[in-house]
Amino acid sequence: MDVPYTKHTLGNGLPVLIHEDRRCPIVAVNLWYHVGSKNEQPGRTGFAHLFEHLMFEGSEHYDHGYFQPLQQAGAVLNGSTNSDRTNYWEVVPPGALELALWMESDRMGHLLPALTEEKFRNQRDVVLNERRQNYENRPYGMAGMAIVDALYPPDHPYHWLTIGSPDDLRAASLDEVRAFFARYYHPGNASLAIAGDVDSDAALALADAYFGQLPPGPPVCPVAHPVATAREARLVLEDKVELPRLYLNWLSPAIFAPGDSDLDLAADVLGDGKSSRLYRTMVYERRIATDVTAVQQSRELGGLFQLIATAAPGHGLAELEAAMNAELAQVAQSGPTAAELERGLAQAEAQFIYRIQVVGGFGGKSDQLNQYNVFVGDPGYFHRDLLRYREATPASVAEAGRRALTDAPRVAVSVVPRGRFDLALPDSTTVVYS
Amino acid sequence: MTVIDRSRLPTPGPDPAFRFPVVSRRTLPSGLRVRTVEHRGVPVVSFLLLLSSGSAADPARLPGLAALTADMLDEGSGPLSALDIEDALSSMGAQLETEVGSDATVLSLLTLPRFADRALGLVADIVARPRLSVEDFDRVRDLRLNRLRQLRDLAPAVADLVFARVLYADHPYGRLPIGTTGGLEGASAADVAGFHRDVWRPSHVTIVAVGDVSHDGLFGAVERAFGWWTAPASGADPAVTAVLNGVSAPAPALPSTPLAVVDRPGAAQSELRIGQVAVPRETPDYYALLVLNTILGGQFVSRLNMNLREDKGYTYGVRSGFEFRRAPGPFSVQAAVQTAVTAEAIREVLNELGAIRGPRPATPAELEPAKSALTRGYARSFETAGQIGRGLAQLALYELPDDTLERFVPSIHAVDIAAVTAAAERLDLSRMTVTVVGDRERIEPGLAGLGLGAPAVLGIDD
Repeated sequence: MDVPYTKHTLGNGLPVLIHEDRRCPIVAVNLWYHVGSKNEQPGRTGFAHLFEHLMFEGSEHYDHGYFQPLQQAGAVLNGSTNSDRTNYWEVVPPGALELALWMESDRMGHLLPALTEEKFRNQRDVVLNERRQNYENRPYGMAGMAIVDALYPPDHPYHWLTIGSPDDLRAASLDEVRAFFARYYHPGNASLAIAGDVDSDAALALADAYFGQLPPGPPVCPVAHPVATAREARLVLEDKVELPRLYLNWLSPAIFAPGDSDLDLAADVLGDGKSSRLYRTMVYERRIATDVTAVQQSRELGGLFQLIATAAPGHGLAELEAAMNAELAQVAQSGPTAAELERGLAQAEAQFIYRIQVVGGFGGKSDQLNQYNVFVGDPGYFHRDLLRYREATPASVAEAGRRALTDAPRVAVSVVPRGRFDLALPDSTTVVYS
Repeated sequence: MTVIDRSRLPTPGPDPAFRFPVVSRRTLPSGLRVRTVEHRGVPVVSFLLLLSSGSAADPARLPGLAALTADMLDEGSGPLSALDIEDALSSMGAQLETEVGSDATVLSLLTLPRFADRALGLVADIVARPRLSVEDFDRVRDLRLNRLRQLRDLAPAVADLVFARVLYADHPYGRLPIGTTGGLEGASAADVAGFHRDVWRPSHVTIVAVGDVSHDGLFGAVERAFGWWTAPASGADPAVTAVLNGVSAPAPALPSTPLAVVDRPGAAQSELRIGQVAVPRETPDYYALLVLNTILGGQFVSRLNMNLREDKGYTYGVRSGFEFRRAPGPFSVQAAVQTAVTAEAIREVLNELGAIRGPRPATPAELEPAKSALTRGYARSFETAGQIGRGLAQLALYELPDDTLERFVPSIHAVDIAAVTAAAERLDLSRMTVTVVGDRERIEPGLAGLGLGAPAVLGIDD
């Protein structure tokens, strides 16, 4: 499969990627800013995400909210922030492409004149509510904070979660919003993709008309960060949960770095689906767990490999850990079987095809083009990306597993029902997050 | 070069007329209905298997049986164990998912055309001749009991469970598909086998096949996979047949209480459900209700979200919706709000519900954007093979005319202010009920001021 595209760089440095797909009368606009929570400073965590909210509150030439004119034109739209980037997208009928570009360019170039203290305070409250909804009031919701806190040193940009801490959010000021915008929200730190029912030349002309006049901003330097060297740690958190859950966490290779795809395949073999090794042993045969997953989270400055399992009633987390260790050791020693590897590759290949069914939204073709462009400078990286999986061997998966997992320190986080420390891994240190 | 004008927004150009692709309909001798659509461009094929029966078909004493049965299907068939089946599907990169709703059960298979026969053959095996063994039953039921137990930790799930119970009492819509602890504990492998025998019959099934294959190719795949499947000789349970035919007791006229609280000490937020029993899918004012809801709580710029999120900062988001089902489904407003403003948030929601049918009816300035929002982006709902299949499955489930999807845009355009105002009469504050999952001690003083009386304090098992 192929996703043909054209790439042009406007005079101010903004790359414009265009992909024609005329099958469905819709167009996706997708804009990445290469800024995320990794660009924040300790004491101001959560800022990049809070800023994303403000991008929907109106800009100089249309200060009545971002949603109304676009939804009225038949658009769906959203945005998201993670540690590495912030993305914004619209999917519109072809006749509303110009409107979407008008709106996106106005907030790229002219956000600040429309920004008020009142909007800022309101969106901070909305974000605090988002934190309550998705972390504080959600079972196991605070585990992620304990994990990054222990896995990364305090001055590492992955030491905190994108949602940030309430104290930091409350301490942020409007002046900091202005400085953040000037530094990161400009054509030189962004990537624009347009995909769908468009003519490439016409779409480029429109993109140039709306974005080409915006001034380039200051160059953004890569984030300086200390080498993350994990220390072995065992932590336990109490939570309002019925069943205890164990998170085993390792530092792992960065996105597209050597070993990244091997660990992705290792995660498939260990924890993807009922025929994976951990599911078969722990859930199907021994019935000591109710669910188990394995994931290689590929990120820009370094990855995070996780094994996560929830204990069945009557079982403790030490029993789960022993089972996980045994399966992990097997994979790191011998790698997957030929059949397992073939299965992992078949799934990876099918996933590539399933993903390119849609032009827009999170993970659609426009988002993919931007991801490849921003992280490897090549929007056409689809083939190379897939090739990484085709080139994997049982030995390469085993070696990546040894290097990143079995030979490396790990952070084990137990989350237990209140008062049930007996279910945690032994010798765990109690931690509290709020 | 385009000259840009920032003094005004560009006016969007006209939309291309929405055309739904050609649907071919055939029926196998067993009564199994097949719908096919050619969808070219991406080499995938989507098969949706729709069983016109969901959790509403649960026997009264065994809530959860329909979902438990659906969950048991892929646990083995003939010589193949659950792991063999999963292994075979994932070796093709195929994805198989099962969803159980109140009115229907859907198995969805996404695969590459070259694997269509093999993958669909496996689906036929598990659907038509599942093992349903006692050992597998034991394990699957345990997992579902554990999942039910874990739902207690999840405020939105608890709110959904209790809200359904308050609205519908013993009506089949009063339970969620997961069922109850008692229902799951009371079920046996024989119950599952009986339910499968009575309900999972070719004449109750529609398969919608959409993908990068010809109509004949798609139909042929279904025929090869399912052609041998015939209904068992024994007759279906009359109670099940009654549900399948839409014959069931009417929903209660009133909720069991106007205000229910589920205590969750220390909760950072209160999870709210506010609503009433509303209308079935066949309601004549379906399109007017869609427009009404878009204005009220169906999009970001709706009255509810602009008030509670953007103006008051009470919540990360609030939305409302009608669930259009075979029998009258619920209308509900859903939000998680800060504990400290729980009563204020409920008051604002009730005010908005009252206002749109009286003092502040929908205006022309709201009507046109809402209609545009529903119609102008309609084409994107059918971008993928799976989306096209889902649209057709809805038609099959509610026995709607073939041209329903193509008539959606003109039907919405035909809705005027009078129709929206009339539809708003459906929102009946005297039948509205409020369910709150939150920190009772902190929210109860405020709730007392709502005029809804003392709350009924309920648990997930009530």
